Amino acid sequence: MSARAEITVTVNGIAYTRAVDPRLLLSDFLRQEIGLTGTHVGCEHGVCGACTILLDGRSARSCLLLAVQLDGAAIETVESLGAMDRLGRVQEAFRAHHALQCGFCTPGFLMTITDMLRHHPLESDAEIREALSGNVCRCTGYEHIVNAVRELARERGPLK
Amino acid sequence: MKPARFDYVRAETVAHAGEILAAAGGDGKVLAGGQSLMPMINFRLVKPTVLVDINHIAGLDTIALDGGRLRLGALVRHRMTAEDGLVKAHVPVLHHAMKHVAHLTVRNRGTFCGSVCHADPAAEMPMMTLLLDGLMHTASSRGTRAVAARDFFVGSLVTALEPHEMVTAIEIDALPPGAGWGFEEFARRHGDYALASVAVVLERQGGHARNVRVATMGVGEMPARMDTVEAALEGSAMDDRALDGAVDLLRAAVAPNSDLNASADYRRHLVGALARRALADAWSRATETAQ
Repeated sequence: MSARAEITVTVNGIAYTRAVDPRLLLSDFLRQEIGLTGTHVGCEHGVCGACTILLDGRSARSCLLLAVQLDGAAIETVESLGAMDRLGRVQEAFRAHHALQCGFCTPGFLMTITDMLRHHPLESDAEIREALSGNVCRCTGYEHIVNAVRELARERGPLK
Repeated sequence: MKPARFDYVRAETVAHAGEILAAAGGDGKVLAGGQSLMPMINFRLVKPTVLVDINHIAGLDTIALDGGRLRLGALVRHRMTAEDGLVKAHVPVLHHAMKHVAHLTVRNRGTFCGSVCHADPAAEMPMMTLLLDGLMHTASSRGTRAVAARDFFVGSLVTALEPHEMVTAIEIDALPPGAGWGFEEFARRHGDYALASVAVVLERQGGHARNVRVATMGVGEMPARMDTVEAALEGSAMDDRALDGAVDLLRAAVAPNSDLNASADYRRHLVGALARRALADAWSRATETAQ
């Protein structure tokens, strides 16, 4: 029963091959199997958004995915966006706008926003707020996060 | 929490999925988008012995118009339904309802058919399927069958789907030319499950309403068609008196529960107010058509 399966998953451009138990969540695979602890685990039932990653280019809850189902898939995590000494553009905007306090929810927001910037028009504050509504932040009151996204959207310009 | 142990099979075809489900003897579960199933698995509210992953079965991710019906395959994600041109042109009430479905990240994964199979009493897709006289196409190792929406929803989170079956596609009505529609929903936060919602489709002939369909959700164990309201409005002029009467009938027909979000009385009041708006919107959107 529940035999381990060998999978190969590409995470941030690097292929990882591991034997995994079918019940291993992607969030735990990222944190425990390959040591990428930037992805945070909050509620483990798809409500808080802290564990958001990109699966084949679109945002997804990593706590609602099984590692075993992702054989052959491409994952992007918050580690792909930048590092402490060279912040990515979305991270830079968060710092500039004070869009984080404790930082627990931040990786999830950053990945959701990465999806938003790639695929969504973001022409109004209402649209930005709606797109952010699946991520919970208990510190900021969201206002500074919206400010950061507004600036990023303006900088990006209209979607092609 | 972490899930209990299970086996995992990536199904190659619908027939393959049927074989695995049959072999599981009622303890198998179909994994599509996982946005309802995985939370229940994480909480161990559901403990399948085998999970059948249908995400790699070819041909299930399409939306097609056939005659007056729209067919949505088992891997049509909410984002696809929301952005699809056929849905927007032929089932505008569904296109509009998609704006209320969960959040961006959940819409990327969650599926139309999966939401219907989960049958949450406050989810939009089950109600839309009921409103639009949906037909669930199922497959199993014993063959295929088609189940009408009115027979499909059995209770809160309970459907007529047998444990060895999977839904391969759902067929719903496209709106007839000139039909009007209305959709109203109230939730505490945008994208959350609704406290109450009402959807309406009707036609307008000779100044009278025809083929009136009214569905509600969030105010009972299941989404429901409001048969008494539909009958009362059939042939009516949709004036204030008709609408007042319809709202009274609708409030009498629903059986909402009280919970920490809202009392039953509040929900009953709310669903009436939403129904009045949805009916008025549907009437104003409808254009006169020949009988």
